Parts: sequence; C-alpha cells; structure tokens
Amino acid sequence: MNAMELLSWSRGPGLGIATAVFLFGMLLRLFEIYSLGRKPDLAPARPNSPGSGWRTIISRSVPEAPVFRRSAVTLTSGYLFHIGFFIVLLFTVPHITLFESVIGIGWPALPTPVVDLVAVVAIIAMLVSLLHRLLDPVKRFLSGFGDYVAWSVTFLPLLTGYMAHHHLLPDYTLMLAIHILSVELLLVLFPFTKLTHMLTLFIARWYNGEWFGHKGVAS
Amino acid sequence: MRDETMLELLRRQGVSRRGFLKFCAATASMLALPPSMAAAVAEAMATARRPTVIWLSFQECTGCTESLTRSHSPTLESLLFDTISLDYHETLQAAAGTAAEAAREAAMQNAWGNYLVLVDGSIPLKDGGVYATVAGKSNLQTLREVAEGAAAIVSIGTCASYGGLPYAKPNPTGAVPVSEIITDKPIINVPGCPPIPVVMTAVLAHYLTFGTLPELDGLGRPKAFYGESIHERCYRRPFYDRGLFAKSFDDEGARNGWCLFELGCKGPTTHNACATTKWNQGTSFPIQSGHGCLGCSEPDFWDAGGFYNTLSTPITPVTGAATAALAAGAATGLAVTLANRRRKANARRAHPEVTIDDLEK
Amino acid sequence: MSATLEKGLNALREQIDAPIASYFSSCVRCGMCAEACLFFTETRDPKYTPIHKLEPMRRLWEQEYTLSGRVKKWLGLAKPITDEELEAWSPLVYDSCTQCGRCSMVCPVGNDLTYMIRKLREGMALSGHAPPDVVSAVNRTVTLGSPMGVKLKALQAQIRDQEAETGLTVPINVQGADYLALLSSMEIMNFPEYIGSLARIFDRAGVSWTLSSEAFEATNSGIQIGQADLAGAIVMRIVTAAEKLGVKSVISPECGHAYTALRWEGPNLIGRPYRFEVVHILELLDQLRRTGRLKTRGKVAEPLTFHDPCQLVRRGGVVAQPRRLLGMIAADFREMDEHGVWNWCCGGGGGVSASERANALQLTSFRRKQAQLEKLNVETMVTACANCRIVLEEGLEHHHMDIKLVGLTELIAEHLEE
Repeated sequence: MNAMELLSWSRGPGLGIATAVFLFGMLLRLFEIYSLGRKPDLAPARPNSPGSGWRTIISRSVPEAPVFRRSAVTLTSGYLFHIGFFIVLLFTVPHITLFESVIGIGWPALPTPVVDLVAVVAIIAMLVSLLHRLLDPVKRFLSGFGDYVAWSVTFLPLLTGYMAHHHLLPDYTLMLAIHILSVELLLVLFPFTKLTHMLTLFIARWYNGEWFGHKGVAS
Repeated sequence: MRDETMLELLRRQGVSRRGFLKFCAATASMLALPPSMAAAVAEAMATARRPTVIWLSFQECTGCTESLTRSHSPTLESLLFDTISLDYHETLQAAAGTAAEAAREAAMQNAWGNYLVLVDGSIPLKDGGVYATVAGKSNLQTLREVAEGAAAIVSIGTCASYGGLPYAKPNPTGAVPVSEIITDKPIINVPGCPPIPVVMTAVLAHYLTFGTLPELDGLGRPKAFYGESIHERCYRRPFYDRGLFAKSFDDEGARNGWCLFELGCKGPTTHNACATTKWNQGTSFPIQSGHGCLGCSEPDFWDAGGFYNTLSTPITPVTGAATAALAAGAATGLAVTLANRRRKANARRAHPEVTIDDLEK
Repeated sequence: MSATLEKGLNALREQIDAPIASYFSSCVRCGMCAEACLFFTETRDPKYTPIHKLEPMRRLWEQEYTLSGRVKKWLGLAKPITDEELEAWSPLVYDSCTQCGRCSMVCPVGNDLTYMIRKLREGMALSGHAPPDVVSAVNRTVTLGSPMGVKLKALQAQIRDQEAETGLTVPINVQGADYLALLSSMEIMNFPEYIGSLARIFDRAGVSWTLSSEAFEATNSGIQIGQADLAGAIVMRIVTAAEKLGVKSVISPECGHAYTALRWEGPNLIGRPYRFEVVHILELLDQLRRTGRLKTRGKVAEPLTFHDPCQLVRRGGVVAQPRRLLGMIAADFREMDEHGVWNWCCGGGGGVSASERANALQLTSFRRKQAQLEKLNVETMVTACANCRIVLEEGLEHHHMDIKLVGLTELIAEHLEE
C-alpha cells in the first residue's frame, strides 16, 4: 500500500471504524454507569444550599490556592496540555472543515501561528506530564500500563499533527496519513482507558456536588 | 532515413548547430543535471540513432497526447518528437487498420529489445479484457506482446501509471496500471491528468541520452519533476502559513489570491512540477488561475474525497457508521443494564440478616 | 463467627451504584487525592493515596458491572479479589482513613472517594476484615448500648454530678418535650460538663428538652465499621425513643460521626423519613442566638481558633454556626489557614481512634494539625466534637504542645448572661 492509499484508507474506512468504536464504547459506558442507579436520599435536604451538582461541574475546574500549591506541577501541566489540546483540535482550519463536514457547522479559526505556538506548549506540557508521572512517587505508584498507553495515544496526534503541518518528515502524504491514523488509534482505544473521564467527569462532578449540596456544602 | 543520427535529422530540418546545442543545454537543465552534462547530452544526441518508439493507447481519453502535441510554434516538445521514430501512435499515425498493426510489428522486429514503449490509458482486465480491444485483441494481450521486446516502458499519464479515471470506484472494467501487468521491464511513471508536456519530453530525453531511467521515487516517478509537492513550491504558501484562506470562489479572499485549501486544494499531497514549470510554456497553473489542485498526478485522486472537499474531511461520510454504532451501543447498553440490575437485585436478595457475629470470621 | 469473603463481595455488589461507577470511570491517576489526605502528607507513603485504598472495589466493579471487565473475567484474565487482599487492605481502609472528606473536595474529576470508602467498609465488615477494636466497639454498642460500654447507671451518676454543679434538674423521659438530647459516650465519660452546659443553656433560653433512658447514646459504631444493618439498628433505638416521646426534634451532640449517622445516613438506613427533625447542638444554639433567646456576656480575651470537625462541617454542612457563636464570645478569633470546609482532620475520626492498631499512624498524622497551629499564635483551640477533643489532646500531648482544648457548647455556657 502506498502513502496515498494509506491516506485514503485513513480518510475512509479507517475513520468509519474509529468513529464507530468510539461512539459504541462511550454510549455503552453511559449505560454501564446509569444502569446501577442511585438510591433516593430520604434525609431532608438543607434548604438554600450553596452547593449543587451543576455548580460543582464548573467550580471543580478552579482549584483552591492551597490545593494548587500542593499539586502545582500536576495542575499546571494538566491545564496547559488540556487547554492547548482543545485549542489545536477546535481552532485550526483543517480540523474545522472536518467538523463542518461531519456535523454541519463550522466556526472561525484562530490565526495559524497562534495555534502553532499553543501546540508547542501543549506538547511540552505533555512531556512534563509524562516525566512527572515517572518521577513523582505517588503517580508512579498509581500508574500502570493503561496510563502510559493513554498518554501515548493522546500525545501522538499532537506530535504527528505538528510534524505534518511543518512538513517535518520527507513525505507529507505519509505524515498526514500517520496523523489521521494516530487520531483513529486514539478514538479506538478511548473507551477502554481512563480517557473516558472526558465524558464521565461531568457525571462524577455532578454526583459529588449533589451529595455535598444536599448537606449544604458547596464542593 | 531511419539510420540518420538525430543531429543529421535536425540539420536537415534547418536547425543550426547552435540551436541544437541550446536545446541540449535546456534539456540538461530541465533534468536538473549539472551544466557540464550539457556536452554529454549533445554528444549522445548527436550520435544517437533515431530510436524506435511505439505508443500504445489503451483505456484513455487521448488527453496525454493532446497535452504533448499542444504546441503552437517549434518547441522543445516538437523538436524531440520529430527526432524520434514514432512508429505507432493511433491518433497521430497516417495508417489505419491492419496496415498500422503491420507497421508496428515490423518496427518491433527491427528493433527487438531496443525499442521504447510509451503507454497511455489503463488496461481493463474484467471479462477477459473485452472492454478495450483493437481488432478483437484485448489491450492486455497487446501490452504483453509489445512489452516483451521493449527496452523500457514509460507509463504516460495517471491512467497508465496508477489506473486513473477508469480505476476510480467502482472500477467497472477492472482497470489496472501498466506496472501491475508488466513486472519484468524497467517502467517510468509519468503521471498527471494530463502530464506537463515538457515533463514527458524531458524524461524521454533522459532515456535517449543516457539509456537509463532517471532517479525515481517510491511511486516510480522521476524525482526531478515529482520530488516536491505543489504545496512546497506554491506561490500562495505564505497565505497558508498565515492562515488566510479563500472560503468560496470569488470571495474577497479568492480575489486577494489567498490559499485555496478550504476550497479543496490537494496541493499538500500532490507531487508534480506544476507550481514551478507551470503549463502552456509557463503561463499559469490551476492554483494561479484560482482553482485548487486536483491532485491529478497521485494514485486514487478521483477517490480522494472530492475536488472541493479539503484533505481533512472524510472521503466517505461517517454518519452511517456513527448511527450504526450508536444503535449497537444502545442495544448492548440495554443488555448490560438488564444484566447489571439483575446482578444487583440478586445481591440484595442474598443480603443476610446481619448480627454482630457476622463481623468476624 | 460467620463472616465470609462471599458475603463481603455480595455487600459490595449491592453497594456499587451509578456515582461509584462514574467515579472509577473518571479517575486519571493524578495523585491529587494523596495531597489532600493527612495520612499521606505526614508519611509520604504512596499506599495511603485515597484512590489506592479503593482498589479492591474498583476491580469488583470492573469485573462485575462493565462489559469489558466481564469479558476479561470470562477469558480468565481478571485478578480475583481474595481474603488475603482484603486483609492487606484493612489498615488502608480503616487505619489511614477517617472519612474526613477532604479528598472528595480536591479530586479534579469530582470523585467522592469518601463515599466510596464508606461503601467499601460494608464489604470489609461482612468479610471479617474490620479492625478487631472497631468490631469490639460495635459489639458493645449493640449489646450494651454504647461503644465504650457506658451503661445507664454510669450516665445517671454523671447526671447527678452535673445537677449538683448547676443546681438544675436534667429532665429524663419527658413526654412531649420539644427536644430529645443525645450524648456521646466520650462526652459522658470525659467531658460530662457538656450535660451541665445543656442544662444551663436550655434553662436560660427556655427550651423544653429531655434525655431518654432508652436511647441516650448518639455514637454509631455501625457507621464507623461501615455496616448498614447494624448502624440502622443503632439509629432505630433513637428513632423509636424519639417517636415514643413525641419530640419535635432530636439534638445530636458534639460528636462528628453521630451527626452523620443520625442526620444524614439514618433515614436511609432505616428505610423511611423520621417523624422528627435532627439538629446538631450548634445548629440549635445558633437558632437560639438568632431569635434572641441565647444571651451571652463577656468575651474570651486570649486568641483562640476553631478546629472544624469533619463530619459536622465539611461532610455535614454546619459551617457558619460555630463561627457565629464564637463571634458572640471571642474577642480574638483566628481562623486556621485552611478552615471551614477546607480544614484538616484531627486524624482520629471514623473508627481510627478506637483502634489500637492505628495509634502510631494517628499520632503521626497529627503533625498536619500541628503545622496549622504553629502558623497561628493561640493558646486555645475550640472544637465541637468530643472525639476530636480527645484525639487532639493526645496529639498535643505527644508533640509537646501547650494548647488548651475547649468544647464550644461549654464555652457558650460559661458566658451565659446571668
């Protein structure tokens, strides 16, 4: 198979397979979670509670200062990578045209040099993140094969996208095919790793906020 | 006449020695050879016998021939054309029918092992190759027979090189490129739909001069002309780099000459010389005229998702796969829900009456 | 002696719900929960990372309630949960966790790890892997009525003392009183002044109240060991007595887990709402303050601070009341650096202080509170949980710190207007 055929496969059947596995897996995960239900709370709720599930969905993204100080590397590299990743994903022209062709709407892009810089920051943040996971005693203790797989399949699209955009490997067609295939790998493995948190963290934060909110605490 | 050297022929046609040397120097430079090689080209051309060339036209549109012959004044192309002994070309030859076929066979006999075969058009394989025949004989058979005595084969155009238009889905005739039929002869692919005229002639010149194939890339294309992508040499590249794109034909961006990526330009993945050599003696090329590159010198360019869809869009819509996946996910989800709830209910039912004795083993 | 692994696993199957599934699905192994847990921060031992404490339950959830987990199990690739593993996990689940809730506040993806620990304890308890001292406390609570074995006679003795001290009568079994007051064994034995304080405050404020001879114990060891049936039975004693006496409200004393047990878990344990309200003593005192029935005179001059009992404040929602009450009687109240719902645990709640096995770790964890105190310049620490008081006193003693510990209700009582 030559590079052009690989590229056409990745833009054709490959994308179909990846999208299907991703959507199937994520929807299944939703069912797996909600099927277990939650018993209604018979204790009377505190009236005028400052806390709620919806509030925590937002507020949990803003850590308290002492909490930040104790986990500065984790939070800084984490935020830089996440925000950077989503800016690159959502605000470059080739990606926007992709979304437009799939969901029917597009939106304005950010200037290419800006996104380029953001991509570099995100890549560096991810490398710092990996290093920290290997060096920090708690993270190293907690991490297993799945965590490193998740890091890799998330890192590859960023790296290969950057490389493709800058024509860093001799054959652009091959590089573009690799980039698209790396995204497809990410999508296929997504539902089977901790990456599911992208969806389920909203559910978790909601339940958390509801539990504390019932007691009158904003969590 | 057949035994005239090329120089003798050119002199007979009134081309001065100076003109001849200029032609050789230009050819050398076109092939990205060092200036010193101009003399070698001249030496070779001066003493070369007029080589026999057989042009086979299969499942094609004749566009490659049109491109090659589309010249209005004595040009490099026509000069070269006149110096070869084109003993068979269905469009250009005077003879027809059995006479033409006889001429071909005679030329093959005469120059067995040394003649050059140029092919344009793909070769249909389905149903015994019945979709392209000459006098009842399939193109497949013809190619095999003619290739047997060839010194080398040049696949002219994307159809001969990679299958081209007939190869596009659903490929009803079972079209294949030359390289899938002939595997024991040197093949040069000169793709393009059509190829740039001077690219075709320079490749011929190289072979005629040196008797060897020029340096080829992974897809069998001369690196001299196909080594870089349109994108790498496109004059609109600064706009791409800055993120300035035309969003529709004749919008402000288009009129300002901005990058045509969003209008489906396949420049980044297309290798050809259009951005530098251009067309019609360097007049222009599609992007310069305001239309995105079609990617016509690449395999599968007809199935690359549409000329007006960008490289980042899916070739086949994903909505089908997505809907099926969601349906399957919901169905599986319901099954898992039932299983989960049943397991939980069983656990609840198995819950014992707990006393303090149950806290210790 | 009928605890079995299967009973424990069955309990876990019952307990795992949608929130827990969403929590395990979301954990990204960032380790931030470790930095919220004082057992980790003061030992730096990664095994005390809260999410790690939950590993057996995570595996059970994966193997039993997810498709990919079930497939893995069917293929023989799943690591089963064994008695040995649960035994090894016992110190993690019981000795290094007070269910303080700080990890649940910190997790970036929103996991309520405390909720999960509580449910894991259900499995640990029924499989026989709770700490022996905690099991004994439950035994005593169920058979004798109190985890410390405090019987009615002992209570009556303390009451007589307090009546003599205050010159007031402590009402018992008064039908139709507004409030039924509960006590914790810790208070009865170590801080009986609480009883006298209640008498004086209620007398001054004109509150109609009573104790019950059939249900005076608020401490719920069933919550601490994490066994719903037994915890429910313990709550039911209170409910029966309260509904028999026809009180409007039951007062939970200065004890953290007692409040959690009665106010928040109780109705769910017995399967129905109460026919009365539950208030913590501080909530009642604050109501009395607001309606002008609680009047104080004079303020404590020395600088003091407040230790927030985790179950009362962070997990219970009684955050502002202690501060409003302190506002009445403290001239120089200094908040700890991280206070209110962000305060650090005393290190001894949730069964930890009851377990000899956990003692060394508990004392080490006190360094967190020590660090907080060293930033302030106070001689007095006020709190509203008898267990916190004992634990903090022990910690202060062990670390040679000269700080006085006072209960808030007592402090209010001492400043009642004559």
